[in-house]
Amino acid sequence: MDYTMQFSVVWNNVGLFIQGVFLTLQLALTSIAFGLVLGVLGALGRTSGNKILNAIAVAYVEFIRNTPFLIQLFFFFFGLPGIGLRLTPWQASVLALAINFGAYSTEIIRAGIEGIGKGQIEAGMALGLSKLKVFRHVVLMPALGNIYPSLVSQIVIAILFTSVVSQISAEELTFVGNFLQSRTFRSFEIYLTIAFLYLGIVWFVKFLAFLIQQKFFSFMQYIR
Amino acid sequence: MTQFDSMGAIATADDSKDAVIVAQDVEKWYSNKFHVLQGVSLTVHRGEVVVVMGPSGSGKSTFIRTFNALEPYQKGSIEIDGIKLTPNMKNVEAVRREVGMVFQQFNLFPHLTVLQNVMLAPVEVRGWKKEQAKQVAGELLERVGILNQANKFPGQLSGGQQQRVAIARALAMQPKVMLFDEPTSALDPEMVSEVLDVMRTLAQSGMTMVCVTHEVGFARQVADRIVFMADGLIVEEGTPQEFFGNPKHDRTKQFLAQILH
Ligand SMILES: Nc1ncnc2c1ncn2[C@@H]1O[C@H](COP(=O)(O)OP(=O)(O)OP(=O)(O)O)[C@@H](O)[C@H]1O
Ligand SMILES: [Mg+2]
Repeated sequence: MDYTMQFSVVWNNVGLFIQGVFLTLQLALTSIAFGLVLGVLGALGRTSGNKILNAIAVAYVEFIRNTPFLIQLFFFFFGLPGIGLRLTPWQASVLALAINFGAYSTEIIRAGIEGIGKGQIEAGMALGLSKLKVFRHVVLMPALGNIYPSLVSQIVIAILFTSVVSQISAEELTFVGNFLQSRTFRSFEIYLTIAFLYLGIVWFVKFLAFLIQQKFFSFMQYIR
Repeated sequence: MTQFDSMGAIATADDSKDAVIVAQDVEKWYSNKFHVLQGVSLTVHRGEVVVVMGPSGSGKSTFIRTFNALEPYQKGSIEIDGIKLTPNMKNVEAVRREVGMVFQQFNLFPHLTVLQNVMLAPVEVRGWKKEQAKQVAGELLERVGILNQANKFPGQLSGGQQQRVAIARALAMQPKVMLFDEPTSALDPEMVSEVLDVMRTLAQSGMTMVCVTHEVGFARQVADRIVFMADGLIVEEGTPQEFFGNPKHDRTKQFLAQILH
């Protein structure tokens, strides 16, 4: 044990670390937002009763959930140029992360929709609400309330997954770590710091999730 | 005058006899096999209160749920306030707007407050301004005695209170007719009367009502007519006096012996 700690590598590069944190947050938020749209569409396909839409959604979910994320990422970044579609590392990362998150959230959201009582849907229809309005005003919020905890867990997983995109040199927190590591060889200090920064990001997001729950899903505590 | 007259439920002398529901020879099969409705006819006039009784599985729920197209049917015809409800009709919403329904399990929207539950359909279906809907919702909630709970979620209310909110929610659409499917069956006994009281007042205000219920006291007092169903058919119908005092069919006598102990 003749390794001497030198956290000066961290202090000297605080700006880079902070930049990495913000890039990671930006990457995570963008891809989760797009992914949620995919998830809602996928869940609608799964629950629509339309055989073709259902088959498309099933194929999507099966394919994405049963192949490695790294391969999906490589496909979008290294594979797509083969058919003339060249993406920047950032674009390929958002695409891969969104499609991946969409597949997992499809199954979560579907479970939420199927958990809504048939009676409430009938009550909405009996009042004269159109199908779309029944979904929007009767199904959506209770469904989200049902699945909120699983969705937050999936979001945390998605945030941590963003570190993988450093493999195609997309610039985010892990990329910053790799960059400094290759310059200073201070792996221990750098990766320990990075780990704590991810922890901080996750705690921050979980805190936000808690506030959102208080604001929008407080009704859940009264559902028996 | 009466409590609900601002809801447009009062029948005028002229049209007091015209029909709100005309169902003729309605037949329905479940999954092409089970003949659940075997030719049921019923005409309900404006301001009339019809109570539907019958043993479990006789098709009462299925029948009244055809009136707002919650159940499709295969043969016969149904007309609601002059609108034909054809088996594969497109614009069912137009009929559903005019038909209020109260369910056994209340089916309130758990994520909306009591007030929002009542306001939703007038705003989204009738296109009322929020302010207007809020005012009408407030009046209705006051009439069913729940105004002081307006900002709570349904889950915070007792069963009886929830069912009264459900009645207010249906009334907010100013329906031409109200359907009740065993509205007190899921309630603890001590809460039954608060819901029946609201229904009684509603009937007195002139609302047209079709109620599936086994509440004998309510049926005797409030019903203009009692319809008895068994095995997908209307076996017998008559005034409460005729029905309870002098039932004609064996099925009816059997049934009455059971529910009257
Ligand atoms: N979706 C369905 N598929 C097949 N059969 C059904 C379906 N819904 C109801 N049935 C059957 O149709 C019959 C009539 O049901 P319905 O609910 O109309 O009876 P009900 O008179 O309202 O009885 P209850 O007093 O128990 O509410 C029952 O035998 C029931 O099992
Ligand atoms: Mg029934």
